[in-house]
Amino acid sequence: MTPTGRHIPDHLTSPAARALKSWEALLAVVAVAIFILNSMASPYFLDPWNLSDATFNFTEKAMIAFAMAMLIVAGEIDLSVGAIVALASTAMGMAMTAGAGTPLLVAVGLATGLACGAFNGVLVARFGLPSIVVTIGTMSLFRGISYIVLGDGAFTGYPPGFAWFGQGYVVWVITVELVIFTLSALVFGILLHRTSFGRTVQAVGNNATAARFSGIRVDRVRFILFLLTGLMSGIAAICLTSRLGSTRPSIAQGFELEVVTIVVLGGVSILGGSGTIPGVVLAALVMGLVTFGLGLLNVPGIVMSIVVGGLLIGVIAIPRLWTMSRSR
Amino acid sequence: MQADHRPQDGAAPVLSLRGIVKSFPGVRALDGVQLDLYPGQVTALIGENGAGKSTIVKVLTGIYQPDEGQILVDGQPATFPTAQAAGRAGVTAIHQETVLFDELTVAENIFIGHAPRNRWGLIDRRAMRDRVGAILRDIGSDLSPTARLRDLGIASRHMVAIARALSIDARVVIMDEPTAALSHKEIQELYALVETLKRQNKAILFISHKFDEIFRIADRWTVFRDGQFVGQGLMRDATEAGLVQMMVGRAVDQIYPKRPARIGEPILTVAGYCHPTEFEDITFTLRQGEILGFYGLVGAGRSELMQALFGITRPSKGACKIDGKVRVIRSTAEAVDAGIVYVPEDRGRQGAVKGLPIFQNVTLPSLQRTGRGGFLRLAEEFALAREYTQRLDLRAASLDQDVGLLSGGNQQKVVIAKWLATRPRVIILDEPTKGIDIGSKAAVHDFMSELAAEGLSIIMVSSEIPEVLGMSDRVIVMREGRIAAECSGREMTPENLVRAAAGIGLTKGEAA
Repeated sequence: MTPTGRHIPDHLTSPAARALKSWEALLAVVAVAIFILNSMASPYFLDPWNLSDATFNFTEKAMIAFAMAMLIVAGEIDLSVGAIVALASTAMGMAMTAGAGTPLLVAVGLATGLACGAFNGVLVARFGLPSIVVTIGTMSLFRGISYIVLGDGAFTGYPPGFAWFGQGYVVWVITVELVIFTLSALVFGILLHRTSFGRTVQAVGNNATAARFSGIRVDRVRFILFLLTGLMSGIAAICLTSRLGSTRPSIAQGFELEVVTIVVLGGVSILGGSGTIPGVVLAALVMGLVTFGLGLLNVPGIVMSIVVGGLLIGVIAIPRLWTMSRSR
Repeated sequence: MQADHRPQDGAAPVLSLRGIVKSFPGVRALDGVQLDLYPGQVTALIGENGAGKSTIVKVLTGIYQPDEGQILVDGQPATFPTAQAAGRAGVTAIHQETVLFDELTVAENIFIGHAPRNRWGLIDRRAMRDRVGAILRDIGSDLSPTARLRDLGIASRHMVAIARALSIDARVVIMDEPTAALSHKEIQELYALVETLKRQNKAILFISHKFDEIFRIADRWTVFRDGQFVGQGLMRDATEAGLVQMMVGRAVDQIYPKRPARIGEPILTVAGYCHPTEFEDITFTLRQGEILGFYGLVGAGRSELMQALFGITRPSKGACKIDGKVRVIRSTAEAVDAGIVYVPEDRGRQGAVKGLPIFQNVTLPSLQRTGRGGFLRLAEEFALAREYTQRLDLRAASLDQDVGLLSGGNQQKVVIAKWLATRPRVIILDEPTKGIDIGSKAAVHDFMSELAAEGLSIIMVSSEIPEVLGMSDRVIVMREGRIAAECSGREMTPENLVRAAAGIGLTKGEAA
């Protein structure tokens, strides 16, 4: 047939106009507002070294959150990330006791993360089990192994070179972790938004059946995403272990909920199908600023978690209430 | 009310429908139909797929409200605004796929929603067990009231559904293809049960495609065609040929734009395809530029076969060759690579990816071609999407629009555009025009004809006889998972298709 059909424009609203009305724009406003509030509330906030310290509140969790965001966009979830960090840290501790140097420790951390991710991925993608059930199971499993290995004890005495990852600076106040955070944000941003793989992830999250009927290898996509989440958990384990300089079995306890909180706050639909990496970056900044600001004001940890919980529910509920009131 | 409450009175229907109209966007499912159900008699409702049989069942059971027309119970006008109201009026349906609860017992299933209560308002288990026992004895079933449903086979489930119908003192029992999933022995038991129901003076509406059983158990017949009432009468005056003629009815005329295409070399050869449960020993060849129709009743295994060719399921046996080369298709990705694409019938779940914009839907299987080195190139994507959606005359506000906002017909066009953009060898269209409006339907037919003329090979699964006959070069009829007949040329008549699908045997040669 000759192209007789009527012309259909590419867009009705320009992408720039759409970006202005986006969730990310709202988050950016919130981040700036909290920044200003913090600087008014505490005279120490604007000190560059203090700000540099503040980044540790979110860098490790955010690294995992990028991979988690892609997983949740694809309609899956991984609640075992905190336990993967613990197991990877424990494995590094064992390697350290056996005399491994820094390069080998890093390799062990990455390999453990990948192996845990592959285990989750096989159970979900190959055997078709629901990811929430699988990863609640492996959450106990992975951390349980750490407890068996360590008991009440801890691994300490990591080699001095290893401290670079969690305690080092690249230039001035820019920490190594901040650089890793920025690089992973770029990599995951490109992966989700600029590659064919990212597009298939979105398709799978919107409707896995229809994606399969469009010739997409849905199981392979899911497996790769679990693998990536495991890998990022391994990287986070290296940073965290290096920063703390020790491994206890309770390391990174509760990480999974904070990571999921960042992802959801970043505008990723918990039902899958939509979400952006810039949103997750902003959400990580907001979380970091809030906890750091409250810390400067000597607010106790319990109150802090109440504030974070309230923030999450508020940010999620307000747009919903807004659309409900408008549609009435 | 007691089953023998009314004396036997063959002349007065228990339930009558008059002038029932029911429309859905783009389609008039029922157009002034009538139906009469008599106590102690079995009325067979006959019609092709899409004649309006399922819709009338939903009207009778209070699931759909008719736009026009009257429901008369004992000659008095009545309305069934809810399923509960229909139940109170004594209408109950036993569906093709009976809705029962796996984790409950037989007794609980039978009395769910109307269990006998004791004086504390709690379920009176003893009364329930006693009444279930009595009902099961009545229908000659040896099921245990305390058996869990998940442990029962399909036939026993039917028994439970029928017992449930009796437990609410039904006066009208609707059986929608009750024998579709039953073995020969179970069917005999069902017939015996129908006789029991007749003796209890129930009016039975029996929907079936199988002529042998209609002649075996029905007392009266009613024929629907395309949502219209064609006729009714007594079975003893009816002939098979007469009923088939009424079902098929109209002449197949030239509204189908099928152009003669140059049919070339075999493209797809399927040999001995088997599946453990859905189909068996399927062998056929598809040639270049050919439109091969697949006709059959719902449940004949056509979609299952097509999905196996597309890599959704895997055949247990058999081989598939494309362009003379054996291809093993284990996933949809491999099917697309091999040049086989599939436009599914279930558009809601399997069709377009709602939530993604139109252009992303179109380019989803072609990202390797529009992109470079794994990276997306949006300009190329828009260009490809524009080329194919315009070819299909898609109506949309922009290519960036969510595909879920389009009408069903336009979503279908997006799916077809998606596949044409992969430049396939074989395109399988599963009920391509089901539920879409007349205008889009004609456009799809026109386009199919054009694609075939360009040398694409097409498999069209359709349950609409005029469409199958109007568009196909050749027709394969499937029945119960097997190829029942293959017709071409002069053998392609409505009668032959209906007969082969129902297992009666063709008039000229070519039997199952």
